[in-house]
Formats: sequence, structure tokens, C-alpha cells
Amino acid sequence: MAYTRTKIVDLVEGKIDPDTLHQMLSTPKDPERFETYVEILQERVPWDDRIILPLGPKLYIVQQKVSKKWTVRCECGHDFCSWKENWKLHARIHVRDTAQKMEEIYPRLMAPTTSWQVIREYFCGECGTLHDVEAPTPWYPVIRDFEPDIDAFYSEWLGLPVPERADA
Amino acid sequence: MNVNVNQSALAGAARGVVRGGETLKEHRDRLMAATKRTGRYAGLERLELRESEPILYNKLFSRLRAGVVDARETAKKIAASPIVEQEGELCFTLYNAAGDSLLTSTGIIIHVGTMGAAIKYMIENDWETNPGVADKDIFCNNDSLIGNVHPCDIHTIVPIFWEGELIGWVGGVTHVIDTGAVGPGSMATGQVQRFGDGYSVTCRKVGANDELFRDWLHESQRMVRTTRYWMLDERTRVAGCHMIRKLVEEVVAEEGIEAYWKFAYEAVEHGRLGLQARIKAMTIPGTYRQVGFVDVPYSHEDVRVPSDFAKLDTIMHAPCEMTIRKDGTWRLDFEGASRWGWHTYNAHQVSFTSGIWVMMTQTLIPTEMINDGAAYGTEFRLPKGTWMNPDDRRVAFSYSWHFLVSAWTALWRGLSRSYFGRGYLEEVNAGNANTSNWLQGGGFNQYDEIHAVNSFECAANGTGATAVQDGLSHAAAIWNPEGDMGDMEIWELAEPLIYLGRQIKASSGGSGKYRGGCGFESLRLVWNAKDWTMFFMGNGHISSDWGLMGGYPAASGYRFAAHKTGLKELIASGAEIPLGGDVDPENPTWDAMLPDALIKRDKQAITTEEMFADYDLYLNTMRGGPGFGDPLDREPQAVADDLNGGYILERFAGDVYGVVVKKGKDGLYGVDTPATEAARAQMRRDRIAKSVPTADWLKGEREKVLAKDAASQVKQMFAASFKLGPKFEQQFRSFWELPESWVLTEEEIGVPTYGSRYSMDLSELPDVHTVQLVEE
Repeated sequence: MAYTRTKIVDLVEGKIDPDTLHQMLSTPKDPERFETYVEILQERVPWDDRIILPLGPKLYIVQQKVSKKWTVRCECGHDFCSWKENWKLHARIHVRDTAQKMEEIYPRLMAPTTSWQVIREYFCGECGTLHDVEAPTPWYPVIRDFEPDIDAFYSEWLGLPVPERADA
Repeated sequence: MNVNVNQSALAGAARGVVRGGETLKEHRDRLMAATKRTGRYAGLERLELRESEPILYNKLFSRLRAGVVDARETAKKIAASPIVEQEGELCFTLYNAAGDSLLTSTGIIIHVGTMGAAIKYMIENDWETNPGVADKDIFCNNDSLIGNVHPCDIHTIVPIFWEGELIGWVGGVTHVIDTGAVGPGSMATGQVQRFGDGYSVTCRKVGANDELFRDWLHESQRMVRTTRYWMLDERTRVAGCHMIRKLVEEVVAEEGIEAYWKFAYEAVEHGRLGLQARIKAMTIPGTYRQVGFVDVPYSHEDVRVPSDFAKLDTIMHAPCEMTIRKDGTWRLDFEGASRWGWHTYNAHQVSFTSGIWVMMTQTLIPTEMINDGAAYGTEFRLPKGTWMNPDDRRVAFSYSWHFLVSAWTALWRGLSRSYFGRGYLEEVNAGNANTSNWLQGGGFNQYDEIHAVNSFECAANGTGATAVQDGLSHAAAIWNPEGDMGDMEIWELAEPLIYLGRQIKASSGGSGKYRGGCGFESLRLVWNAKDWTMFFMGNGHISSDWGLMGGYPAASGYRFAAHKTGLKELIASGAEIPLGGDVDPENPTWDAMLPDALIKRDKQAITTEEMFADYDLYLNTMRGGPGFGDPLDREPQAVADDLNGGYILERFAGDVYGVVVKKGKDGLYGVDTPATEAARAQMRRDRIAKSVPTADWLKGEREKVLAKDAASQVKQMFAASFKLGPKFEQQFRSFWELPESWVLTEEEIGVPTYGSRYSMDLSELPDVHTVQLVEE
């Protein structure tokens, strides 16, 4: 089932109508979605380096236009690091590890107890966007959530050429 | 090859019950050897029936699938238990002769695999010879050591014969309201070993010639508290199984045994191929890492357990590395998971792996073709000795779901990262709620009968936010795709507890651009109960359900109970009494209305049996789902709508979302747009100001690790995980750059360590052959 570009724009904006949403959920996937999706996202970001893979609502793996280096980038244009690294290690962090800090965002008694669990917020140092929240025990290593096999994804699953990569 | 009957090999051999003359064991061994050799179920190189007669294949599928669903819908009307009749906690599954499921009904489909595990146990332990497997036999099983989820899920298993030969099995399961455990309720918390988990039945032949044995009926009904529910549940299961057996007989008579026989194996391979195709169609190859936790706060006076060695605080740890390969196969490795414990939240490997399909049917494989094919298409690694694959036959399982749902919620995040990357935003889900609280207890009810209760209101928790909309509020539970909170009037008939309120639990859903769905809360007044007890069962210190991509975790739970309330007198005097919800637990209003009451209001969300008298109060709070995306990107009007609908508390509109609201003349909140824009801009600056580079924070945290500065439950969790997961320990050591001299053992923490060194597995018992279905 294919969808018009307008419907994918609606989806990206969270304005998709319920009937189409239901159809998307209940029928086989449209294989061309990725290309349409990235094209839409590309038009919305304030830079023209190529989006290789979206990682979050405002986080991308991009190909830098001149150097062809792949980096993890915030929507504001801030580059965290190479796509092969854990971007969280290059972000800014705020840890909620006291009851007072927890109760800024949860009602008392409905917040985790900080001797059991803390909340780690990972921000972009330039625009202050919150890109990820971890909620582990104290001591827990920073998690590397996702290491995509982009070469196989593009070439073998989508039948697309793998974009040029300087560090390839 | 096709799964032909193996007549040539059997010439002169003793005749087994399986069609063609194999024994059950010979049949399963042949299939498994072919599966191992070829990587395809039963060695099926091609789906002969499906390819040559696709219409017949689909007709068989549709007719049988409709039949098992119909059997479930019809049979559940026999049950009196609201858990079955209201919540739909039952399921029927059709198996081939080897015990692999080919299709299943709706409902608690975790049992696709668990009843199959029981059939395989019977096969591997030669039930065929003793006690025998004959046409019209009835078997009963609820043994969690061989694959059941927890003892309250009772299986009825009936073999299906055609012209004197076994051609398959049908299984039916219901969640019974009591199993005669130490404490009342189907998922009690007081016991710490299997021996307190209640009645446990291992694939016992309980009937022949379609009639239940009298000794079974007499024994089983007195092993549980809720006799009438127990007996009607059994009739529900038997009726459903017999409906499906009759359907299979009709299908075979009309379409021929050859077609049915081929279908019974091809459907499984079809399921395996279907999963692989969906993985390629929806995900991205790569490695995904995620983790789940839940608290076990047993070092507390209100957790009354029989054994000193169980009195410690621990944390369930379920790290998962999910690898999706470019050929569409995948592997789930739980290296680093924590050890089983002296509580009732352990899970068998089969319930862990089978249960994942409950979740996957809501995302990766939302089709009717749910069968063992998906299991054959998935590599699981569950290290032996962990809570999801215990190595000791003493472990208790009564509420294994507590850990299971908290481990699986992490998988949503992994899969959702791939859906998000591909643009399938409609599939993204931040996670599922920790499905609690469980209001359980018992005593004498309003009808003067011995009774037990397990309120299934938490079949309607909040769901996780998606990448396109908020999670659903008070809507679902991960373990039953058809979850429902049930009608108050029905619960009041089933429990001596009157409703004083039932409403949305504000701020229980995780914050985010899209908010997690909220749970709800019910305030119950004990009424007309005698010698009554209740307890709490849910997460408290830990929220298992992280948010995704900037969304926050769902809120965690707490307890509120009030004894000696004086409500009888307060009602008589017309005084104000607690009604509705405990809207803001930081600013409670009920407590002052009950000046002489003994109130328990704290984070101890797991307790054991506590005495309750008439006019006592119990608050049943249901959890919300996690959020998605940065809360500062939430549409401001959506925040005002949340306030108007009671989904969040007012102070969080500003503190979390940066939305400045003003109340209109109509009493509804609206958005002050300029003030909101300014507030949000300031919050972004504040975020940068109050945060530090991760690298700097790591230095300080490393010092804490080096100094072993953490609560005992955190240290116990890591020490237990290190012992069972050397790779996990290595990764931990490497991440924190720990010196060789830094070691952490359970012994040094000063908490009981029973079970950490000595264990004895079920497989070590004489004449027992366990069925291993995962890599250990």
C-alpha cells in the first residue's frame, strides 16, 4: 500500500487522520516509505547535508556535504560525534538523583526512589533539545542504543546505493 | 521433504500412536533433526500444499482459526470467574503431533508456547507408554518448571485422533482466581519457594473417554480456595478443547487427512518465514541495546515472608542486545540478566520466549498467523541461572509477569528505533506499562464463602506514546491484547469491596512530545467481609518503563491503605468522606478527613497479606505508559487539554512542558502563547546551564563506582549479574576503566546470598527429561 507524500507529511507532523493511520498499521508496509520520509525531513532541516538515517525527532546521522564524513547531528546543526560513536558521550547530561529533582517532574510518591533508579537527561549543548532520557540504576554504563548496519540496509534491503563515506 | 508418515522406517517396529505408526518421541525427534539440519521447520524445503493448492491452504487456515476463536468466545461464557468472563483471560491453541502450535485464538496468547512445552514434556518423558495417550483423554498442567507462566494459568490438553492415530493436540488455558498458594489470589506474594506457590500439576491425566476422573475432581477442588470458579473454569477449558477437536475432525472428514497433515506442519514453517519477511520489511539491520529493571523491596516490615534469607532488597535486571541480521534473522541475547530470587517473579525460559509473541503480535507480526514458527525464527540466549531461566527447582513463579513485562518494555524501544529510522512512525511505541497494581486478598466474602480475589482492573493500564500520538489511557495490558478494566458492578459482585471512586490517575503517564497514556485509580471500601486480607503488588521504587527519544518514563507506583477509619460514624454524621481519586499524593486531601485512621501512604508497593476490616480503604492505582520525544516540543494546547481532562497536575504544565496556562471564564485552561514561548526558550537555556558534559559527569560517577558508593540493592544486582554474565562484567569494567583490583561480590555486601552458590535444576531429578528451547 503506497501513500501520498501529503499523508507522510501528516504522519511526520503528528496530524495523520485516524483512517489512514489504521490502514498503515493494518496493511503491509510501503517499501518506498524511507525515501519519501527522508526527503520530507531533508526539506525541514536548516542545513543541506544529506540525512543518512533519522535517529530521533531531532537527531540524525548525516553525511557532511564537503568532507563526506558521517556524523550524528542535532536538528540545530550541532554535530555530536562520528556516527560510529555513542553520541550521548558527547552530549550534556543532567542527572535527577535526589527526591527534589525527581519531584520537579513527578508527583511525590509517583517518582522513582533515587537510591534505586536515577533519571539521566541528554541535551544538545547548543539548543538545549532533550534527545534521550535514560532511567537506570546508579552506576549503569551509558547505553549505546543503536548501531545500524547502514550498508546492508541501503544496498541489500532497500536496493539503494550506499552514500559516500569519508571514513569508509 | 514433506512431513510424510514414516511407514517404511517403521516396518516391524512397535506401533506408536502418531499417524503412520511413529511414537510421539520418534516423530518429534525426526522433525527436530530435520529442522536443525536445514534451518527450516521440519526440513520443509517448500510449502507443498500452500504452493500447489493455495486456496485450500487458506481455507484450512481460515476455518480452523475461526474455529479456535469461536471456541474461546463460546467457552468463556461457561466461566463464572470475572477474570475469564470479563477480562478474557483464556486462550485455545491447536498443535500438530509434535506439540508445535499451528494457530491460536485471541486472548492470552503467551500460551502458544507454554502448552506446547507441556505437550513436548509429555513426549520427551514417554507419557505415551505411561500413563498412555489415547483418544478422548484429558490432561491437566500448570507446572511452571516445565514452561508454564505461573501456576494460576491452568492448561487442559486433549489429544486429537483420526481413525485411531494421533494427528495433533488442542490446549486450552484459563487464568484461575486462586491456586491454593500460601496467600489468597492467583498471584500471591508471601511465598518465596515453589512449595508455597499452590497446587502444581504436571501433565496429569485427569480424564478418559471425555470424562474427568472423580479422584481428580475431589482432590483439585479442595486444593484451592475458590472451588466454584475452579470447576467452572475447567469446564470452560474442556468445552473449548472439545469444540476444536470436533472442528478438526470435521475438517479432516471434508478435506482429507493428507491435506490437514501437510497443513499442520507447513503452517509452522509459514509462520517462521512470515516473521523473517516482516523483519526485513519493517526494521533496520544492526545492533540494538536496551535494558529493563524492576524493584523487589523485600527488606520491609510489611513484606512478611517465611524465610530470613528472602528479606533483602533486590533489583531485576534485564539487559538485551538485539541483533537483526541482513538475512532477516534475529537474535535476542540477555547476557547480564540478574539471578532468580526468593520471590514469586521468576520466569521459565518458555514463558519468557513465548510471551514475547504477545508483544510482537501488537507490533512486528500483527497477523492471525501466530504460531511456533516465530519461535523457530528467533534465536534466544537466556543464560542459565538467571531469573528468566532459573537453575533451581525450588523457585516460585506466582507473579512472573512482574519481571516479564518489565523486561519486554525495553524491546519496544529497540524495535521502535528501527521503525522510526525507516519512517514507519505509526509503529513506534515507547513501551508498555508495568501492569499493576494487583489488588489481591481473601477471606470470607459477602456471601459467607471462603473466597479469594484478584482484581484485574490493571488489564487497563496506560500504553506507551507513539511517534505520532499520545498513548492510550486506561486502555490495555501487554499480556492480553484484549485487556479491559471490567465493570465496577461486576467487581462489586465478585469482591466485598465497594467503589468510592474510579478516575484517571493524573501524571501517571510519562511526559513527552507525545504523552504516555495515563492509568487510573479505584478507591475501594471494604464492606461485608470477614477475616479479610489484602495486599499490594506493583512497582514502586523503580519505573520499568523508560521513555523514548526524549520522552520520560511513566510514573512509578505507591500504596495507600487506611485502617480504623471511623467511616461508619463519619457517614452516619454526614461528614465529608474520601471519594474519587487521590489526585495529588503530594497534597493529599483524604488523610485529614480520617483523623483517627491508621494510614499507610508510601512507596512500599509490594506487601503481603494485611488484615482489613469493614470500612477500611484500599487505593488501587493503575500505572501509565512512557512518553515519546522532548516535552518542550509538545503542542501547547495539548497540555491545556491534559489539564482540562485531568491527565496531568497543573504544576507540571509549566515545570515539565514549559506551557503557561490561564483559566478562562468557562473554567477551562487555555494557553498563553507568548508567555509559553518565552518560558520554553528560558527552559532550553536552563537545561544547558544546569547540565554538564557527559564526559565530566562520568568522572564523578566513576569515583562512586570505585568507592562502591551505592545502595545495597544496586550492588547486589551488579554482583549477581557479573557472576552469571562474564561478558556483561567485562563491558562494565571496560566502560568505567576499573582496575583489576576492583571486584564486587555478593558476599561483601552484607545481605543474604542463599541461592547464589548452590542450586539444583529440575533436570537433575531421576527419570526427568527437560526440554531446552533456548541457548543457555
